[in-house]
Amino acid sequence: MTAGNLPGLRLHVPEPRFRPGDAVDYSTLVIPPAGAQPRPDEVCAASETHPLCLDLVRVLGDDDRAHGPWNPALDVATLLRMLRLMALTRAFDARMVRAQRQGKTSFYMKSTGEEATSVATAMALAEDDMVFPSYRQQGVFLTRGYPLVDMINQILSNRADKLKGRQLPIMYSARECAIFSISGNLATQYPQAVGWAMASAIRGDTRIATAFIGEGSSAEGDFHSALTFAAVYNAPVVFHVVNNQWAISSFSGFAGAERTTFAARAIGYGIAGLRIDGNDPLAVYAAVRWAADRARANAGPTLIEHFTYRAEGHSTSDDPGQYRSAAERAEWPLGDPVDRLMRHLMALGEWDAERQAAMDAAVDGEVRAAMRAAEANGVLGHGLHHPFRTLFEDVFETLPWHLAEQNAQALHERQVKWPDWSDDADLGDAP
Amino acid sequence: MTGADAAPGRRMTMIEAINDALDVMLARDPMVVVLGEDVGYFGGVFRATAGLQAKHGRTRVFDTPISECGIIGVAVGMGAYGLRPVPEIQFADYIYPGLDQLVSEAARLRYRSAGEFTAPMTVRSPFGGGIFGGQTHSQSPEALFTHVAGIKTVVPSTPHDAKGLLIAAIEDNDPVIFFEPKRLYNGPFNGHYDEPAVPWSRHPDSHVPEGHYRIDLGTARVVRAGEAVTVLAYGTMVHVAREVAERQGIDAEVIDLRTLVPLDIAAIERSVRKTGRCMVVHEATRTGGFGAELAALVQERCFYALEAPVERVTGFDTPYPHSLEWAYFPGPVRIGEAFDRLIAA
Repeated sequence: MTAGNLPGLRLHVPEPRFRPGDAVDYSTLVIPPAGAQPRPDEVCAASETHPLCLDLVRVLGDDDRAHGPWNPALDVATLLRMLRLMALTRAFDARMVRAQRQGKTSFYMKSTGEEATSVATAMALAEDDMVFPSYRQQGVFLTRGYPLVDMINQILSNRADKLKGRQLPIMYSARECAIFSISGNLATQYPQAVGWAMASAIRGDTRIATAFIGEGSSAEGDFHSALTFAAVYNAPVVFHVVNNQWAISSFSGFAGAERTTFAARAIGYGIAGLRIDGNDPLAVYAAVRWAADRARANAGPTLIEHFTYRAEGHSTSDDPGQYRSAAERAEWPLGDPVDRLMRHLMALGEWDAERQAAMDAAVDGEVRAAMRAAEANGVLGHGLHHPFRTLFEDVFETLPWHLAEQNAQALHERQVKWPDWSDDADLGDAP
Repeated sequence: MTGADAAPGRRMTMIEAINDALDVMLARDPMVVVLGEDVGYFGGVFRATAGLQAKHGRTRVFDTPISECGIIGVAVGMGAYGLRPVPEIQFADYIYPGLDQLVSEAARLRYRSAGEFTAPMTVRSPFGGGIFGGQTHSQSPEALFTHVAGIKTVVPSTPHDAKGLLIAAIEDNDPVIFFEPKRLYNGPFNGHYDEPAVPWSRHPDSHVPEGHYRIDLGTARVVRAGEAVTVLAYGTMVHVAREVAERQGIDAEVIDLRTLVPLDIAAIERSVRKTGRCMVVHEATRTGGFGAELAALVQERCFYALEAPVERVTGFDTPYPHSLEWAYFPGPVRIGEAFDRLIAA
């Protein structure tokens, strides 16, 4: 196979450092002290941020105090709201996984360990800035006040599901909260967010757009298209790469993490970039506010890498114990975002274990009440769904002849199987 | 001819008619934007957007990076904002990097969001062969789009129709693929590549009314009435089939479908029930082509009126060739023999 004295070429196939059963050693991860990173002016040249693409912006230190120029100096009420929203997100995830295990729906995806990336981001944006989420930003919906019952109705795909039972669970759409419809095709939301931002700029609006992606799907061509367009048109958009280390069973090395950081992609496009401790809610808040202010000042797009850890499986359909070491979560050197903010509030003398326990009970009660209300509208596969005719609605604005014919066929098939059935009965208690 | 012919207007090529439609819509609706590779200052490689940036401004008509995924992707986001984007894909052959954004996103957005978000975009793209463009500048990929739920597909064959259909497409609230037969940009093409080219100015359908007018999507047009055989065609092949019928003296009814989805099924049934014979013609490859759908529909709905098997005249199942372009092209010989078989049956 070799020619002359040339050595044979070797293909490098990345392999994560730890597999099931392995002891975990994170001592090679570079974790700089909180407060050590400089904070450039929001309208600085993009290149001024580029050293931060290889650094890690941190605010909350090991002493549970906020440090340095990135400290957003939030008041206690805001910190408590942030803590509550993250706890609510966690309680919601726990309850929805239980519903999936009970057979009430087909699928769920938790965001455990990543709550800061969505909650603190949504809190740092203006209420009407447009969010293009991926599938793990339930914290954005909760922060924007999208009703829990509506989220659960969608997950249960029942007769009250605003999306008419058409989407896989958690692929919400919430236009009234300025959140775009979630797609199961990864990364497509990235250029769409740029287009929305370009439109806002074309119209002389003041609203910006923001988009989420996982580190795994940053390998898609859409990511490159989006960053190119954003750079070319200086679009008012903030990009988030949530680097939670794992894309189902593939570690971040399969998206290029062995070579450089994801924030460093910004350097090649000549846009601003920040690499932040994604388990530090104050760092997330500060970085997103910085980037949003920059975009709003027509100073250009920013790419933010949230360095975090996916504490649970990708979804209810995979068992992380099959492909990674169970010790990773416990040993993760950046801790847990809910725990860190709680300890910060305790260090400030504003919080204690008793109040934390009461809050956890309260948010769980809120989710349970919403679950009960949603279940009254039906659960997946048990009758209470939207009428059959809705299968053919919204394909086009108006129903063309071929869909009208197919609609009649679908209704006919249903009547053959259940002669007494009428389409509107499914809103009540049909078979 | 249509009633609009009486309205003030002038003779235009198809390119001029398309440019005029874009100009009308940019002036009428501040939400319309035109974007694509080379469409700005230069005015497009085929001149379809010539002068529009100077007239309407750089934020209404602008160049884009060479990224079809990006062009369609940002158009989806612009639509979600409330704009009415008209992206150009420079050649239909280049549309494939944008397929995920078209098929999984634009086409499905209204459905998956239960109407919260829509993708009111019109994707213009020159398509088809006959200009020695080789395999990357000659394809007719319409069947890839007619197969997708949620997209409308339009193919004009004259300057008059191109303007009215493009205006209707831009005003439509669903995503529309608007394929422009590039061989027809500067003149009708009758399939006789070895005869002198004919300019649009001598063709009656080059009279283009001034200002705003629509040709509703989903309406076919009988371009030549006849009793003996029905021809279902669109784009370039409308002209080729009509010329063959005239030279062979066949009393063919030639129907220009104009819109493939939604399809004017009533016009098809009316004609086939009358003639009892049907030929479907397209330039695209044969297997899985839109002609197969047309043939199936005709036999499902008109079987007892048929006097002969439906004839399917298409390009061959090869990549579009360069030097052997006219061997590929479904020209007068292929169409003429199909007519003979239909009439003899």
